[in-house]
Amino acid sequence: MRWVNRTIGRSHALLLGTIPLAGLAIAYVIAAASRHAANPADKILPLPAAMVEAMAALLFEADPLSGQLLFWADTLASLQRLGFGLGIATLSVLLVGLVLGALPPVRATFGPLVTAIAVIPPIALLPILFIVFGLGETSKVALIVIGIAPFMIRDVAGHIAANPREQLVKALTLGANSWQFLLRIALPQAMPRLIQALRLSLGPAWVFLISAEAIAADVGLGYRIFLVRRYLAMDVIIPYVVWIALLAVAMDFLLTRTSRGLFGWAHKAGH
Amino acid sequence: MLSLTNIWVEYGEKVVLERISLDIDEGAFVSVIGPSGAGKSSLLRVILGQDTASRGRIMLDGKPLPRECGPDRGVVFQRYSVFPHLTVLGNTMLGLELARAPLAARLFGSARRAAREEAEAMLAAVGLSDSLHLYPSEMSGGMQQRLAIAQALIKRPRILLLDEPFGALDPGIRADMHVLITKLWREFGLTIIMVTHDIKEAFALGTRVLTLDKRRNDPHAPQRYGAGVIYDIALTRKTQAAAPDESESITFDTVGNN
Repeated sequence: MRWVNRTIGRSHALLLGTIPLAGLAIAYVIAAASRHAANPADKILPLPAAMVEAMAALLFEADPLSGQLLFWADTLASLQRLGFGLGIATLSVLLVGLVLGALPPVRATFGPLVTAIAVIPPIALLPILFIVFGLGETSKVALIVIGIAPFMIRDVAGHIAANPREQLVKALTLGANSWQFLLRIALPQAMPRLIQALRLSLGPAWVFLISAEAIAADVGLGYRIFLVRRYLAMDVIIPYVVWIALLAVAMDFLLTRTSRGLFGWAHKAGH
Repeated sequence: MLSLTNIWVEYGEKVVLERISLDIDEGAFVSVIGPSGAGKSSLLRVILGQDTASRGRIMLDGKPLPRECGPDRGVVFQRYSVFPHLTVLGNTMLGLELARAPLAARLFGSARRAAREEAEAMLAAVGLSDSLHLYPSEMSGGMQQRLAIAQALIKRPRILLLDEPFGALDPGIRADMHVLITKLWREFGLTIIMVTHDIKEAFALGTRVLTLDKRRNDPHAPQRYGAGVIYDIALTRKTQAAAPDESESITFDTVGNN
């Protein structure tokens, strides 16, 4: 059978999917072991045992300086920043994206502004944010919001604006005014797209979070990675990166489940 | 009831419709046919209020028709007529909810129950009683058009406008829909204007058949002249008072037909 026409069953897909991941892990262990055979003090590719040891200290032993369990403090701080950033971005998309997409006068007025903001590389704004908001939490959350909100607003507004005109006409013949159209037609139809946009924004959001933490922070996953980089502490950096990947996958999974659970109509066949 | 006087529809240089003057009686079932590009849908959109005529006057019950679509005119399009995010019941109740809850656009408690009963009765009339909680994407094209009709009729519009409503359906389903629309037209005393490609359908359903086409054509400037009504045929043998054929034998189209 030709490859384009193959269907892969669920269990097979799971098996096939784990092969490259397992291959990568095994390749790493082999490479690390061969380096350690040549130089037992090698720090570039630490062995799994060394990673477990280094992480155990961060996971279970309080830091003598701050008295905190560093790994959990880092995770909490980063997730908090990310959560605030994503939350504020989502809210602004709901408010701005909705009216931008559904009300042509608003789109004509503010569309160019949103486009202008969207094309600025957010990292270039980071110095301004640090100057305006200081080095605290606000500027980090603001970077995430500025980084992802314009893209999401444009995506959701475009999706609403691209709705078939028949839907608008139908709503008007059913007696809808602008507000009712926003509330009952535009908003519910935008929600699955909003979640989709949020999923796509998770990657950039992490980039902005890690960048902001790398430059100015005293706690956080990104801060820790860039701190221990000075000591070539790959035994901490690699588990942290894997942890970040796991968190990102979990968030993506949760968003997909939420969308399917709440907006099943958008995922049904034939739509 | 609906009267059009010297209606012109022009888009820049292009004349789509010219000198359309019509009087449509209450209770009429007007079929509009004509070749592609003859402005059938333009005429419907002008009456609907989606487009505005560049010249002329449209009166509904002696009053000028508002230039924006409103609940006095119901519409069923060939596609996209129903809202994908609402169930059959939600789609049908929407018109009632929008009218009765200006701010929340949603009804609660006893008001909701009343609206629900009204919607269920309307859905029973179009034969969707067993599909109240399906989403449009789970239904066939025929069922979606039934829903679109129920959704429009619950507002009791003065005129029901149908834009090639059965054009995308299988012949068998289309015959069922013809029975349904005739039944509803009689039961609810509707005034219907239907645009169609299908001449047989136009004559089978309508009490009056309008044919739109260009009266004149300049081969060097094909856009110069618009279409007008070239035939206006009254079919007198059918009236709403005629004995309704109680054909309850609507064969239900099942999912996957369309």
